[in-house]
Amino acid sequence: MSENAIIEIEDVSKSFGSVTALSGVDAIIREGEFFSLLGPSGCGKTTLLRLIAGFDEPTGGTVSIAGEPMAGKPANMRPTNMVFQSYAIFPHLSVGENVGYGLKKKKMSRQEIADEVTRALAMVDLAGYGDRAAHELSGGQRQRVALARALVMKPKVVLLDEPLSALDKKLREQMQIELRQLQKQIGITFILVTHDQEEALIMSDRIAVLFEGEIAQLDTPEALYRRPVNKRVASFIGVMNFMPATVTASSDTAMSVNIPSLGQVDLRADQLPEGLNPAAVDTIGVRPEMLTILFDESETAEREAPGEVTSASYCGDMTYYSVLLAQADEPVTISMRNTTGRSILTPGTQVRVGWGHESVVLFD
Amino acid sequence: MNVTRFLSRNWLVSYAVVYMVLLYLPALLLPLFAFNSSTIIAFPLKGFTLEWFGVLIETKALHKAVQNSLIIALITSAISTLLGILGARAIVRFRFPLKRGIVGLIMVPLILPEIIVGVSLLVLLMQIGISLSIWTVIAGHVLICLPFSVAILSSAFQGLDPSLEEASMDLGETRFGTFRRVIFPLILPGIISSMLITFTISLDEFIIAFFLTGTDVTLPVYIWGQMRFPAKLPSIMALGTILLLLSIFLLVLGELFRRRSARRQGKSTSPTGGLV
Repeated sequence: MSENAIIEIEDVSKSFGSVTALSGVDAIIREGEFFSLLGPSGCGKTTLLRLIAGFDEPTGGTVSIAGEPMAGKPANMRPTNMVFQSYAIFPHLSVGENVGYGLKKKKMSRQEIADEVTRALAMVDLAGYGDRAAHELSGGQRQRVALARALVMKPKVVLLDEPLSALDKKLREQMQIELRQLQKQIGITFILVTHDQEEALIMSDRIAVLFEGEIAQLDTPEALYRRPVNKRVASFIGVMNFMPATVTASSDTAMSVNIPSLGQVDLRADQLPEGLNPAAVDTIGVRPEMLTILFDESETAEREAPGEVTSASYCGDMTYYSVLLAQADEPVTISMRNTTGRSILTPGTQVRVGWGHESVVLFD
Repeated sequence: MNVTRFLSRNWLVSYAVVYMVLLYLPALLLPLFAFNSSTIIAFPLKGFTLEWFGVLIETKALHKAVQNSLIIALITSAISTLLGILGARAIVRFRFPLKRGIVGLIMVPLILPEIIVGVSLLVLLMQIGISLSIWTVIAGHVLICLPFSVAILSSAFQGLDPSLEEASMDLGETRFGTFRRVIFPLILPGIISSMLITFTISLDEFIIAFFLTGTDVTLPVYIWGQMRFPAKLPSIMALGTILLLLSIFLLVLGELFRRRSARRQGKSTSPTGGLV
């Protein structure tokens, strides 16, 4: 796995006085991947990024970049470049001078620097902006300048500290796609810090979810969403309906789970998360789109459970229903696509809820 | 509109006008008497003359005092601003033991009566056995100017986004290079403000200079000495006029520079004139 590792993080911890920001973090970031550090504020994701950049030194453990331990190397000696949350555009320099700032330290002629700056600005769609003053730029343009300033250094790793959080929704969504495309095109490893789970899912090859200074799960977006390792990860990424359940029988190949609000179901043994003892299972989770409301008699599902609609939120393409299942205390959320001929159900409507064994995720 | 009626209706405006007149009118008397041909400083004015300015040109002792004052003010503003940069940087960026106490000590000369500072410095210097010179005056002036430098430069450093420094380091620049290429240009308006203010404070400071000056008197001490001779008064008025014009010129220059640099950074110009 570490054959094409660009960054190896081994047992890294960081304390600020009596506050522990990171403890025992292990991770390997592969060359050329788009890697995200995702978590709520205060989870240590920015601290980890700063340890990689060299702005802080870990209290324990090692960070290696391209096989070389980074201990004692300040930020200006590391092959990483950062896009700051505030963008940190030098206000007294023009756009071109900002982008060329780091090149002046390299042994390059004036003409070579000018060429590199032009190329970098073109890469971020800011061709011809070189002479603009920094304060003449919009938020989105500042973000692009910060990116160009990092890319022009040809770093091994680009570090992005919540670079899109200051942009409005439309622009942010557009930049997510652009950033991802740019990363694929140039093939440099990107590490993104974000608290926005949707952003992480859209952009990343792999995501490390951090809670309280520890990595809770490191996986591909799909695996994180479909097979979260615990309830906390499950509810942090997307929406998850939790229901009490018990494993009634288990063998090497299959197990039987009793879910009072849905019914009895047989699961494949590989649906049990690694390291989870079947006897410890007390909860199952079902994503809103893994439950369906069966609108008429002709529609069927692998399994069905009766319920009553308690509320409906119409969102244009989707409607989110709260449905109280017959044997449950709390309603579940079910998302339904508003395709032709489907009316919006009113609260009080009795419905059949369809589900299947694939819908279920087990938790202890 | 009738002026009396306007003022009685807007008593706050009248108060402000009276206040301003009382504040600035005495200063306007300087040029008035500087060009008056009578040796007595009193109304009515007698006639126009440039004689008193001519006297200034011929007085060698005055030239020496001006020279001393300029040297002292220049060195004081340089030392005080340099120490101010270091102190303000430490206060804004770092946490260290006894920080509050140390900051308090730096600021104390602001409220300490100058006469006490002057007397105690004199006693101290006598005890150590250091003879009075322009350097002892500079030491005293740095002490009272430092709080101003630290206050002005602290606000300059506070306006500096710390990630700008990190960005510079991240782009391969050294600490010193970061100071030269990012920090220095961005706090330059603060540095100039600090130098102008401390220069002005040192130039017209009298009490400390009076105690610590040896045979090399400063301009205020020289002027005070001349006040004993009524015949010299008109030429002192002429000297005051020159000083008044010079300080207005310096302030306008400083403000113009500050506005230009603020515009370059895209910041709005603050109503405090950038001094604080």
